[in-house]
Amino acid sequence: MSTGERLQAIDLRRVRAVSGMRRWWSRLPRGTRFAVLAVVAVLLYLLPVLNPPIITTPDSDFATVLFTVTTYCLAALGLNVVVGMAGLLDLGYVGFYAVGAYSVAMFASPSSSIATKYPWLVCVPIAIALSMIAGAILGGPTLRLRGDYLAIVTLGFGEIVRLSAVNSPGLGAAAGITSIPHPPGALNGQPIFSVLDAKPYYWLGLTLVFVVVALVRNIENSRVGRSWLAIREDEDAAELMGVPTFKFKLWAFAIGAAVGGLSGAMFAGKQGFVSPDSFPVLTSVLFLAAVVVGGAGNRLGVIVGAIAVAYLPERFRGFQNSRYMIFGLALILMSIFRPQGLIPNRRREVELADRKLDEVGVEVNA
Amino acid sequence: MLLEITDLQVFYGRIQALHGVSLYVAQGEIVALIGANGAGKTTTMRAVSGLRPAAHGRIRFDGEDITKLRADLRVRRGISQAPEGRGIFPGMTVLENLDMGTYARRPGREQRQQDLERVFGLFPRLKERRMQVAGTMSGGEQQMLTIGRALMARPKLLLLDEPSMGLAPMLISQIFSIIKEINGQGVTVLVVEQNAQQSLSIADRAYILETGLIVTQGKGRDLLADPAVKAAYLGVA
Repeated sequence: MSTGERLQAIDLRRVRAVSGMRRWWSRLPRGTRFAVLAVVAVLLYLLPVLNPPIITTPDSDFATVLFTVTTYCLAALGLNVVVGMAGLLDLGYVGFYAVGAYSVAMFASPSSSIATKYPWLVCVPIAIALSMIAGAILGGPTLRLRGDYLAIVTLGFGEIVRLSAVNSPGLGAAAGITSIPHPPGALNGQPIFSVLDAKPYYWLGLTLVFVVVALVRNIENSRVGRSWLAIREDEDAAELMGVPTFKFKLWAFAIGAAVGGLSGAMFAGKQGFVSPDSFPVLTSVLFLAAVVVGGAGNRLGVIVGAIAVAYLPERFRGFQNSRYMIFGLALILMSIFRPQGLIPNRRREVELADRKLDEVGVEVNA
Repeated sequence: MLLEITDLQVFYGRIQALHGVSLYVAQGEIVALIGANGAGKTTTMRAVSGLRPAAHGRIRFDGEDITKLRADLRVRRGISQAPEGRGIFPGMTVLENLDMGTYARRPGREQRQQDLERVFGLFPRLKERRMQVAGTMSGGEQQMLTIGRALMARPKLLLLDEPSMGLAPMLISQIFSIIKEINGQGVTVLVVEQNAQQSLSIADRAYILETGLIVTQGKGRDLLADPAVKAAYLGVA
């Protein structure tokens, strides 16, 4: 058996093991599956009320942590469109998150330089639209690059957005923008969304996660999703099938950016202020880590990844000093032993194995 | 003339790969482009399918100048390429790969079924394996899949890039007889090959490419008998 064949055999065994779980799930009766999902959803909504003993965060407000997790989930779902579905490496995703947050800040806050004072709800679509435009602006000139080059340029983009904010008095410079209004709504004369209680933000965030999951799922099964899949698997071959690759890569960037912008808008609405410090490169790396650790291309995977990245450090605040070291170590171990992620995408796994074959350079015989 | 290339020059950065290649393919022909590694065969192919821009020269297809046309639009005009080596979509099943072949045409259910039957008729192996993930198939099966997938586009001109690469000898002659059969169904074929023996024996005409220039051309049969060609490409003194 040649090296190539051996590699292929190992990878195939792994593919089959994972698909076993998947088959078990898909063979359950439709009603059972729906009931299980419904129970899980209800439990998720109840999390901050139940405060389950081991899961809850002893060192910080549980509902706030949960809200942060939902913003990470949104960002990971958006970045997954770019990285997982279209296969484009984006290291500057925090840039879109920032554009979304700053859009809300600019249009909603009475203390911003334009002070249009639109309500938060009106600012969300604006934030999404501006993020999409930012995505197209970044994508236009850069999507002709491939692989590592694209990653470097996007890394630069994230920093450009942050540094532009630092250096623009119109954007509040280093101090940022304060008094951003919260989402609307009142109950018994009390505003639902306040600084006192983070639960409503979490519920809103969780709902948006469900909505985005449903949207992304539909896109994945559409002609657009198939075009992305083809581009990811083999860009040249995709073009030879007649896929307008540039157009679809641009759409991937724009749609990914839109979800990132939505996540940023949520963040701004909860936090009440934004400043350049909220958008460091590290956040881009964390978003990407969520996607890669969870399993690029798999919706459930990237959500698990986002939970791991956003929740675990809060849960184990006790290890404050060493938590990034532990985190880094975990990442290295993951990339050695499970490069396809915790819950991998079935296709991507085969792609990974295929690429390995290319590297080995095997002479393939029938 | 279905395809007409005039004085084609292609660069990779500052390195010139093609130094003015001219060739034509008439309707219904099988034309072979022979050459050693690095002679510019694949580059010529990529220029025709639009993956590589032409720095100079013209490419005319079906009476129209397509030199500046985007690759995906060339597919819609009827040029379909089976890329070299392992150019399948590894994570898709055989059937999904074949369906990608119809991406530009968007055929109806019946048409799709017809096209599938045709491809399965040529490659019964693909029918057996239609639910298999393409990346897990052998090299020979992957090669069949790239050709079948290209046929799903119902091309006027089929470009085959090294269809025999990495295949077992027995499979090579099988692939070439299938190419002949495809041509018999009315598809014009331009095939790029290192395997001169096989490709010259099925080609109506052939061109020999050396370091980015066409050095010899003629009927496939004549080249097969040409002493110079024999010495250089057929390993016969």
